[in-house]
Amino acid sequence: MLEPAAFPEAVRIDNVSFRYRHHHERFTSLKEYAIRRIQGRVRRSDVWALRDVDVAVRQGEVFGIVGANGAGKSTLLRLIAGVLRPTRGRVVVHGWPVSPLLEIGAGFHPDLSGRENVYLNATLLGHTKRDVDERLDSIVDFAELGDVMDEPLRTYSSGMIVRLGFSVATEWEPKVLLVDEVLAVGDEAFQKKCWARIQGFRQQLATVVLVSHQLSYVLATCSRAVWLDRGVVRALGEPNAVVNAYRDAAAG
Amino acid sequence: MQGGTAIPLSSHAVGGTADVYDSSRLPPAYLRELYELVRYRDLVVQLVSRDIRTRYKRSVLGVAWTFLNPLLMMAVLTLVFSRVFRGDIQHYAVYLLSAQLVWIFFAQSTTQAMNSLIWGGALITKIYLPRSVFALSQVGAGLVNLTLALVPLLLISFVSGAPITWALLWLPVPMLLVACFALGVGLVLSTVAISFPDVVEMYQVALTAWYFLTPIIYPVAALPDSMRWLMNLNPAYYLVEAFRAPVYAGLPPEPMTLIAGTVAAVGVLALGWFWFTSAADDLAARA
Repeated sequence: MLEPAAFPEAVRIDNVSFRYRHHHERFTSLKEYAIRRIQGRVRRSDVWALRDVDVAVRQGEVFGIVGANGAGKSTLLRLIAGVLRPTRGRVVVHGWPVSPLLEIGAGFHPDLSGRENVYLNATLLGHTKRDVDERLDSIVDFAELGDVMDEPLRTYSSGMIVRLGFSVATEWEPKVLLVDEVLAVGDEAFQKKCWARIQGFRQQLATVVLVSHQLSYVLATCSRAVWLDRGVVRALGEPNAVVNAYRDAAAG
Repeated sequence: MQGGTAIPLSSHAVGGTADVYDSSRLPPAYLRELYELVRYRDLVVQLVSRDIRTRYKRSVLGVAWTFLNPLLMMAVLTLVFSRVFRGDIQHYAVYLLSAQLVWIFFAQSTTQAMNSLIWGGALITKIYLPRSVFALSQVGAGLVNLTLALVPLLLISFVSGAPITWALLWLPVPMLLVACFALGVGLVLSTVAISFPDVVEMYQVALTAWYFLTPIIYPVAALPDSMRWLMNLNPAYYLVEAFRAPVYAGLPPEPMTLIAGTVAAVGVLALGWFWFTSAADDLAARA
């Protein structure tokens, strides 16, 4: 096992609070909104998804985020991905751009071939076409989809799409990999292969931040974890202690 | 890179040095969006080519359809309106089709800009990417289609005996102006449409009204004097006229038309750009 404390910081969440503003939460139509607005009946509800969260993740760590639904896990991941900007506080990530593992099919187009989808997906992640030209064979090899790359994506099984997505997202040896529940999909053999690849990155001091509801998975893989409860850090540190604290609270 | 402690921060694209992201050191949204668009230029190309490819893959008639669609419209309208404006307009088919193509480009790319951001909605809540790529790539795809449609347009000009002159070399200018105008409108619309999907429908109604308020199927001269002022306020009028002049009359666009069209296009693009980029982070935050 690596000794992460010895390595420099990869992700720094510095006293971060995040507020969602729901301006027109309950309106789905502009007409309705306009009428309510004239009547002065637009209420704005603010939701603080995270409050004063202070976390640092070091290079080479696999860092788990646990908590109930709505605890702010995904918000934290989105702050690290740069999708959201903190309302207060500061987020610093060394190893930009981060590589997010997307849910099945996001960023893919069913009518395009597997090959065309690799280009689409990789450029969505910020790579250039030339990057993809160089790595295409390696991406296809890892996904084990060599013979169907010219078929349209809608003929693929969901397992095949996950393989392709993982293969694209991890091809460029990310320094920071964000995982939101996706690794649990796909057949067991491929899951092992994915995990082996991630372990390989860790040897290169890559950092993994993952959100999971499967506590056993967090225990088995993470070097440290945080428990979020309604946007507040309740426990931080060694995974066993964090998971036990969370379990006790959930049971009690 | 190695080194957790602050590497000296320069004013790089993402705030901080090349591979450091620092939320407290991001450039202003309207600038950052521009930097990032340059970095993600290959994505724009991919989205444009995806759009064109899927359009042709899905339709049995393929490429022919882009040509057939406006041609059929034109045939019907020509049949009807060349009777209505008997003798008023020479080469009515060319008069109509030149404006019709610009209009289709504008209407489709603005509508698609909204739909495409709604498609990307799931994506932009998960990964960072410059959110204007969606509107931009739709305008790009529209521009490619308009360029392809120039082939049948010039063919019809030739057959119907409309003048074909060097003034055609002016065409890229009005095309670019329409593209800027469409991008501006598309950005404004998508900012609103992502919160209120009914805007897509309302816009279709507005488009139909706008179409008939613009001299596309009729000559400006057909309007009563009491309505002419309306044309001066209609940016689409200048843009359509600027495109029509080289094709239909074989003349460069009028300077006043070009100036008014440029003011409208640049103004609307600036408005859309600032509005969209300042709202883009909120769009991504929709839970």
